[in-house]
Amino acid sequence: MAVPRELAPTRKSLLGGLFRARESGIVLALVVLVAFTATQNPRFLSGQSIRDILLGTAILAVLAVGQAVVMITRNIDLSVGSVLGLSAFAVGTLLRGNPGLPVVVALLAGLAVGAVCGLVNGAVVRFGQVPALVVTLGTLYAFRGVSYFWAGGQQINADQLPGSFLGFGDSAVLGVPWLVLIAVVVMVVAGVVLRNYRGGRELYAMGSSPQAARLAGIKVGRNTTVAFLVSGALAGLAGVLFAARFGTVDAAAGTGYELNVVAAAVVGGVAVFGGSGSVWGASLGALLLTVIGSALAVLDINQFWQQAIVGALILLAIGADRLVAVRVAQALKKKDSHV
Amino acid sequence: MSDAVVPRGRPAWLSRLASWDAAVILVTIVVLLVASGVVDNFGTGRNYTFLLLDLLPIALIALPMTFIIVTGEIDLSVASTLGLTSAVMGSLWNAGLTIESIIPISIVLGAILGAVNGFFVTMLKLPSLAVTIGTMALYRGLAFVVLGDGAVADFPRAYTSWVTGTLGGGPIPNVLVPLAVLAVVFGVVLHATPIGRAVFAAGASEQAARFAGVRTGRLKFWLYVVCGAMSGLAGVLWTLRYSSARADNGFGMELAVVAAVLLGGVSIFGGKGTLPGVLAGVVLLAGLQNALRLQDVSNEALNIVTGVLLIVSVLLPNIVSSARAALRRRRRRSPSPDPGALAGIEQ
Repeated sequence: MAVPRELAPTRKSLLGGLFRARESGIVLALVVLVAFTATQNPRFLSGQSIRDILLGTAILAVLAVGQAVVMITRNIDLSVGSVLGLSAFAVGTLLRGNPGLPVVVALLAGLAVGAVCGLVNGAVVRFGQVPALVVTLGTLYAFRGVSYFWAGGQQINADQLPGSFLGFGDSAVLGVPWLVLIAVVVMVVAGVVLRNYRGGRELYAMGSSPQAARLAGIKVGRNTTVAFLVSGALAGLAGVLFAARFGTVDAAAGTGYELNVVAAAVVGGVAVFGGSGSVWGASLGALLLTVIGSALAVLDINQFWQQAIVGALILLAIGADRLVAVRVAQALKKKDSHV
Repeated sequence: MSDAVVPRGRPAWLSRLASWDAAVILVTIVVLLVASGVVDNFGTGRNYTFLLLDLLPIALIALPMTFIIVTGEIDLSVASTLGLTSAVMGSLWNAGLTIESIIPISIVLGAILGAVNGFFVTMLKLPSLAVTIGTMALYRGLAFVVLGDGAVADFPRAYTSWVTGTLGGGPIPNVLVPLAVLAVVFGVVLHATPIGRAVFAAGASEQAARFAGVRTGRLKFWLYVVCGAMSGLAGVLWTLRYSSARADNGFGMELAVVAAVLLGGVSIFGGKGTLPGVLAGVVLLAGLQNALRLQDVSNEALNIVTGVLLIVSVLLPNIVSSARAALRRRRRRSPSPDPGALAGIEQ
């Protein structure tokens, strides 16, 4: 269906390529939105407001990077919100019991919880030969159920968490908050692996045509499991960031996040039918959604509009994606067949 | 998916009995019987009434959802459509319209919301999964825009008490009558008319169906319209049953609907399934939840049950069919099957 951008007509210049890049639309939308909101209310560009946007984006972007990895392989992971909640509660419980634990251990624990959940998704999708949509729709409820079962209505509050952990959610290195730093590292690592390494290219190949990938000797089953593992682990990491930022965790943490995450990836140009998209795009999508959220608040518009806008954006993005695909297909048809 | 092939030498009725949907119907009956005997208060008329009222909206939406999934598409926006119609009902009631005009408006609104899905899926040829994830957010968001997080509760007594009332004071709710009529209509259309055959054909192979003269696009468009209208109707009944129009009504119900349909033996890949199986799936899911709730199992733990059932319902048929295929290969082969050859057949 969707044509990978890498196959799009050859770039004539850097500027032309930049202009054609799918991400440029989001950047444009971002600039317009920020400029408009700032003229209405200059407070929107204050340090605190920008910091809040960046912290919100960091959590969403970590999730969106994982989602992009899965969606590129023509799968989807709807369970990420529940994995985030489970991991946040697990890490909160761990730290409440052992206040002396260093932050790194919390991060690793969250990654591990998420990785186990991702492994469950990946194994069922791989060995059951069933669509990821159904599997992760099921685990979306199953993992959330486990959280509720475990938490049983109790809540972990900031005063029960060690100061070092809360400080990690608050503090910054050289002016850049830790959370943002981690998100950037995740994004760069995933982006480079997807773009430049064999394993990453294999994921695109699988998404473009699973059969062709199989015939080309790509271990589709193993790669699928790895993709879900990555998505789960990153959702687990996001759970730690969530706990550190908000300090309050209950069983409902991250409910409904899956929608924003899928929206961020789709709006960022990751095709639902696989084979196309980038983690940069997904992260930009996360930034756009977060900015929309805070712009609505600043502009004093009913927050209820936010979800409707998210839905409209998804429709707009997949519509635009379709348009690009049709255009590229036409362009390829017109050109010589040696492309 | 070669399990449709009936092995030679086995009577048709036997293989029919061994099919997934027949098994689900059987399991459903067993679960209901066992629960009536074992679970306190399950076997009472009052509880059966609640059980039937609970499964009503899911069943209403599962009927058209069966058609849509059989064609190989999906609609995740149904619960949001239910919420939006409920919210609109509330605001129209606040605006002073009569309930007699609000009800048809709500159902037509549902049909329009379905038509929007159908437009994106069939005219713009976008993947239904992505489209309905989008409209799921859009419709739910609009529901909150229309009604905020408040509730409208003062619907006329005559209507709310009819919806919660039962036939002659027995255990059968009044609203089961229209549901039964609709179920028969949908069943006949799916299994005994050219429309039903076109639905199966479109799901088995869209291209082949088109070559055979089925207008698959038009067919799917109308399926989405019908699904929207039924979701609207479910929204009306939900609102009247609880006498409460809220924007978050039916939140998360798309899972229950999809789970029930798949549990009933409809293949998520399209082209396969029966309506009796789906209705059994609806009853099984609702019955299990009802029984567990009576055992004081929390709502949240029920989520695990629903989620796991959903996964099992797609996993088990696959395992069974691949086990059957392996058995058939083994029978055809010499006594010792070559493990290397078997491994290569994993598609």
